[in-house]
Amino acid sequence: MRAVLAKASLVRHRARTMLAILGVAIAAAMLLDMVMLATGMRESFRELLLTRGFQLRLAPKGTLPFDTDATIADVASVVATLRRNPDVREISPVLGGSIHIPIRGRDLSASILGIDPRVQGDYELLSGTDLTAPNTIVVNQRLLRELGSKLGDTIQVSTGYDPQTRSYSGQRALVVTGTVRFLYGASDQSAAAVRRETLQQMNAQSPTRAGDRASLFMIRVRDNANVEAIRRWIEAQLPNVSALSIATAIAQVDQRLSYFRQLALILGAVSLFVGFLLVTTLVTVSVNERAGEIAVLRAIGVSRTHVIEQVVVEGVFISLIGAIIGLLLGLITARYLNSILSAFPGLPMAIDFFLFQPVAAWSALGLLIASGIGAGVYPAYRAASLPISETLRREAIA
Amino acid sequence: MSESPIISLRDVRRDYALGAERVHALQGVSLDVARGDYVAIVGPSGCGKSTLLNLIGVIDQPTSGSVTIDGKRVDAMSDREATQFRLRNIGFVFQRFYLMPILSALENVALPMAEAGVPKDERVKRASGLLTYVWLGNRQRHRPSEMSGGEQQRVAIARALANQPKLLLADEPTGELDAKTGTEIIALFQRLNNDGTTIVVVTHDEDLASAAKRKIHMRDGRVVDG
Repeated sequence: MRAVLAKASLVRHRARTMLAILGVAIAAAMLLDMVMLATGMRESFRELLLTRGFQLRLAPKGTLPFDTDATIADVASVVATLRRNPDVREISPVLGGSIHIPIRGRDLSASILGIDPRVQGDYELLSGTDLTAPNTIVVNQRLLRELGSKLGDTIQVSTGYDPQTRSYSGQRALVVTGTVRFLYGASDQSAAAVRRETLQQMNAQSPTRAGDRASLFMIRVRDNANVEAIRRWIEAQLPNVSALSIATAIAQVDQRLSYFRQLALILGAVSLFVGFLLVTTLVTVSVNERAGEIAVLRAIGVSRTHVIEQVVVEGVFISLIGAIIGLLLGLITARYLNSILSAFPGLPMAIDFFLFQPVAAWSALGLLIASGIGAGVYPAYRAASLPISETLRREAIA
Repeated sequence: MSESPIISLRDVRRDYALGAERVHALQGVSLDVARGDYVAIVGPSGCGKSTLLNLIGVIDQPTSGSVTIDGKRVDAMSDREATQFRLRNIGFVFQRFYLMPILSALENVALPMAEAGVPKDERVKRASGLLTYVWLGNRQRHRPSEMSGGEQQRVAIARALANQPKLLLADEPTGELDAKTGTEIIALFQRLNNDGTTIVVVTHDEDLASAAKRKIHMRDGRVVDG
């Protein structure tokens, strides 16, 4: 009966109830988006790092992967050292750099990775074939579009550009064999990959990049191995590298995103508070309008507890419907905002700002229902505390 | 030995604070009402009629004095006790009906029974019987907005009788009705009283007051006659 009466009081003022539900829905959508935003990047980054199952990354001491142009020398020796650890299963050295391709009278710039195609974890092949020979290159679709080339075409690729002399230290004709999607690449980035030895040969004349070098090592360890113990072992064995596990990388990301996350949480809290105020206001107005009715209910023997329950149910009803609509709205807006933010220059395409996690949706729903109950408490207390005879007297005079 | 009165008030006073002033709504009212009686409380506006009815109906408490209903002191009951007492012993009829607009006539009548924990089947059966008793057997599924003022007041009377109260209290029950419809309500009250219900009405309606077995006149917070 309480639920019926609660519903009745909401249905009586349909337009007002609908507006309140809409208001709660907007607050709920914002809350969900903020919860998704607060945790999304971190989770998305974690998923991205784990895409190919490489749990450790080695970068030159004091740097993050590809944060600078610094490289680690003597790859063969590093690999040999790493192989001594029985828990290390696969090692993928990666050499980064930039290339220049003359095309139709202008120079196209792109980033390039030198990899070992057997163990690489940097891209996935979309079409054509992988790097089967030293004179092959795979490119992303953006670069292929810019080149105006097709698979099978040969292009002249240069490295080691010197802006003072406007010359290159290395040059080579390479056959485009495939298109790829770089897992860590930005949407606005033109990129390519060749075998690492190819890139090394092209760098042979460079005063700073010649030799057996890598910008990054990606390491896959055995299942159930203690990643943190291996990380410490590597840093002890190789003093010129920083070893990053997924956990340490995420800790660093967390640190860098902490302000961002706090902002999202504050905005989420504000949304929740706005929803709370909206429901409180609506239910309080509704209670004030029905003061006479409530006093009569009390006079005919309806208990305070049941009046409280009825009013609280009204608040929960508005919050619940608003929350359900809001969660759907939140998912749609999150998707739209994600598409805008993912195109932000320099960010990996695979990073999602708004990552849907069931726990985020349940948290938002739980918070809204709790706030709905809280929002109903004050008007419910007012309703239950109405002095019966005084209220009836006032109503009679009115 | 004579039967004890169903209502017994002794030196009841009720004061209100109205801003800085203190209003003495009741000034030492003593009154007995016998079981099965039909009493009309009359007097000019502001004489304390409704205040007296509220004290008898246990929706207000006196500043001093004692109120006994059906042998129970009700003047100092806790809210929980008073609510339970009203639910089981007292039926209220108000000038403005105060039916729940979204509920049908049947649901409105069944509402106090639901509160009293009467099983649903029995609620429906009893509510239907009460609506037939107030000549609304054919309007059970109608909502208040689909009924005339007289019909709504009859639904309110049926609701007041839902838990078979010992006492029916009515505050200006014909106040919002035309003369013809008011006559129907007066006839209904007489029928109820003939069937054994003790009734106390507060009214300005001469016809309703004349239909009562006993008239109590009030003036300035005191019973002056009756």
